[in-house]
Amino acid sequence: MLPELGHFALILALLLAGLQAFFGIAGPMLGRERWMAAVTPAVAGQFVMVSTAVGCLIASFVGNEFSVVYVAENSNSALPLFYRVTALWGAHEGSLLLWILLLAAWTVAVSIGAARLPRRFGARVLGVLGVVSFGFLLFTLATSNPFLRLDPAAPDGRDLNPILQDPALAVHPPILYTGYVGFAVAFAFACAAMLEGKLDQAWARWTRPWTTTAWGFLTCGIALGSFWAYYELGWGGFWFWDPVENASFMPWLVGTALIHSLAVTDKRGLFKSWTLLLAILAFSLSMLGTFLVRSGVLVSVHSFAADPTRGIFILAFLVLMIGGALALYTWRAPLLKSPAGFELGARESFLLFNNVLLVIAAATVFAGTLAPLISDALKLGTVSVGPPYFNPTFMLSMLPLLALLSVGVHANWKRGRLQDKQRTLLYTLIAGAVLACGVVFGIYSHGRVLTPVGATLAFWIVLASLVDPIDRWRRGLTLPRAVIGMTVAHLGLALAVLALTTVQSFTIEKDVALAPGGSVSTGGYVFRFDGVRPVPGPNYDAVGGTITVTRNGAPLMVLKPEKRHYWVKGTEKTETSIKMHHGANILVALGEDLGAGRWSVRIQIRPLVSFIWLAALIMAIGGAVAASDRRYRTARAAGTVPAGVATGDATT
Amino acid sequence: MTPRRRRMALVLGIVAGVAIAGALALSAFRQNVTFFFDPTQVAAGKVPAGERFRLGGMVTQGSLQRAPGSLEVRFVVTDFSHNVPVSYTGVLPDLFREGAGVVAHGRMRTDGTFVADEVLAKHDEKYMPPEVARSLKRRHGESRANATAAPSVPSAPSAPAEAGAPPPHSTPSSAGT
Repeated sequence: MLPELGHFALILALLLAGLQAFFGIAGPMLGRERWMAAVTPAVAGQFVMVSTAVGCLIASFVGNEFSVVYVAENSNSALPLFYRVTALWGAHEGSLLLWILLLAAWTVAVSIGAARLPRRFGARVLGVLGVVSFGFLLFTLATSNPFLRLDPAAPDGRDLNPILQDPALAVHPPILYTGYVGFAVAFAFACAAMLEGKLDQAWARWTRPWTTTAWGFLTCGIALGSFWAYYELGWGGFWFWDPVENASFMPWLVGTALIHSLAVTDKRGLFKSWTLLLAILAFSLSMLGTFLVRSGVLVSVHSFAADPTRGIFILAFLVLMIGGALALYTWRAPLLKSPAGFELGARESFLLFNNVLLVIAAATVFAGTLAPLISDALKLGTVSVGPPYFNPTFMLSMLPLLALLSVGVHANWKRGRLQDKQRTLLYTLIAGAVLACGVVFGIYSHGRVLTPVGATLAFWIVLASLVDPIDRWRRGLTLPRAVIGMTVAHLGLALAVLALTTVQSFTIEKDVALAPGGSVSTGGYVFRFDGVRPVPGPNYDAVGGTITVTRNGAPLMVLKPEKRHYWVKGTEKTETSIKMHHGANILVALGEDLGAGRWSVRIQIRPLVSFIWLAALIMAIGGAVAASDRRYRTARAAGTVPAGVATGDATT
Repeated sequence: MTPRRRRMALVLGIVAGVAIAGALALSAFRQNVTFFFDPTQVAAGKVPAGERFRLGGMVTQGSLQRAPGSLEVRFVVTDFSHNVPVSYTGVLPDLFREGAGVVAHGRMRTDGTFVADEVLAKHDEKYMPPEVARSLKRRHGESRANATAAPSVPSAPSAPAEAGAPPPHSTPSSAGT
């Protein structure tokens, strides 16, 4: 009964989303107050219905309802309860349902926040979100119904893909999707502004906290995915430029550009049409990400199933949404004039460079990700594009971005009086370079050319970002949360750059064959293989290895990697064992029985790799702090500042 | 400089930057793209000498060989028309197995052996890498002679296997949904 109830709830949700879209868009257009008043109840109703559907599917998973195809394919009676719940988003259909649930949740949040917005504008925002929701619900019901029954019911399920049976991956999709879907809010604000034909600084102030929050979630989601790939896939890398990783990274890059461009629109009333374009682009890339991952057109660990009808539906939906938004843009954007100008050394120009570089970075990633598809479609041969392409092209736009950041945070709005800051900039740069060389040559005593360059840029950002806040704090001035958040996020970025530089330069990777009692020495550590033993599991058998690591003759740690064999799917899975020492991650994975009593063992030492994920968390925290600034919450009280009037505020 | 000129300089700078970035990206692209070939193309001499490429196909049943205790492993990749012997030193991925699809990066040695420096089997075990599936389809047409190895790729989701049934590769049945 439950699956049918869920299916029915989903159909009702589709109808409500349709109403929400219609009343939200037609109401303001025709000036019908009552229509606009109906939008909020529709939003609430849709959320309740979608939650009901999700609840029904979870109940089916928990209750081992193997008469439901989706449950039978992604769960098993031996699967632990926790993974039976998270199996909900273990494959295509459920992931979409999760997408829809999160969109409904964001919409409810916006409808609560919309109380502070002008009535017509709020209705339009919710209406656009209704259109998005309608499209995804229709897609789910038409091509990917998770409630389909199986007759006769399967005696047991085929089990969740073993690599998805992991705590980090249990939370990765919801957080990542919260970020993806959050850009729908920025998109809806942009479309509403275009429908309205008016975009002022108050608009930017409403949009900013939503966008920054979505960006924070996306940052965390990407980091979690990278963390998962690192320890779970057994290859040990943290970023593979895999199409699915790229799919989440492109909206992140454009989203980062968007939050900076919004700052200019907010503070100075400039970059208006550019901001709109970025908002459209960020959400389009989020949807493209969904398309790339879910249609199975690209080879990846994450693409679950290949079903051409789904791909075509998503493609059509994408074309309609993005095409519609861009058509609206070409029609309305010329109305939005940005009268004020700025000088070359002003903060605006640095933010412009930031935007250009981030968009270039996104474009190069885009080109590399889609090239295999295009080459294949044009019959130019099947190609693959890997790190040798992505690493240098990405760095090409990132290095100037990082250098400009340190200078940019010291620039004033409107006027380019950087001469006053020359000394500060020079001193921080020198101090940064000294610190960087100290770290690179003092601790590691070798390195590539890029190592000291990357480290210098990282330290420079740290020092340059702290100068102003420390100065203000010493003078007893209060720091707005927006400034604190920005500084924290920039410090997070610096940490990420430092960690990435170190990892790329000083990683040690080795595959070795070891017999029990045998040992291998690398990177100052000695790894001794102490043999294997059987390890029982709830839905798998495993062989566990023991590896004792010593340094200078003293025992340091014992690592216990496993090689698991999952019964139901009959698949093998490598369970790595990782421990930290002096900031470096020491990873050991058990390969296979090579015969003659020897086992293959993979050993990797990656310095500071954990700090990459920590850095992402710090950036997200910075975003959260900035989004909570009181300025955004009192937006209505402040009224609408006429477009183009400079506030002359050089604080943020 | 007047503000207008400055703005012009700014715009020109950006355009130049974009152009340089584009040119560099393009050259990085041309140097770093690896092509995919299947065993038939390899046999036909389509692979430029000495070039690093990706070899894809099925691992022939019973072809996996290893000197006891050695990290070096040898196996044969086939598209059922031609075979290519492969040699690889290192830890094989979890999803690697005989009778399953595989993609290997590496170069041809003069003796006709493909020396892989990377072996990928990172696709879901439910289906094969699309490029391998397409290549097999092309090479094999509708022939079902090797039905066990036929790609269970695309479209219809496979029926849930009964507990304890052999791995999904050998049961590409379709659900009546």
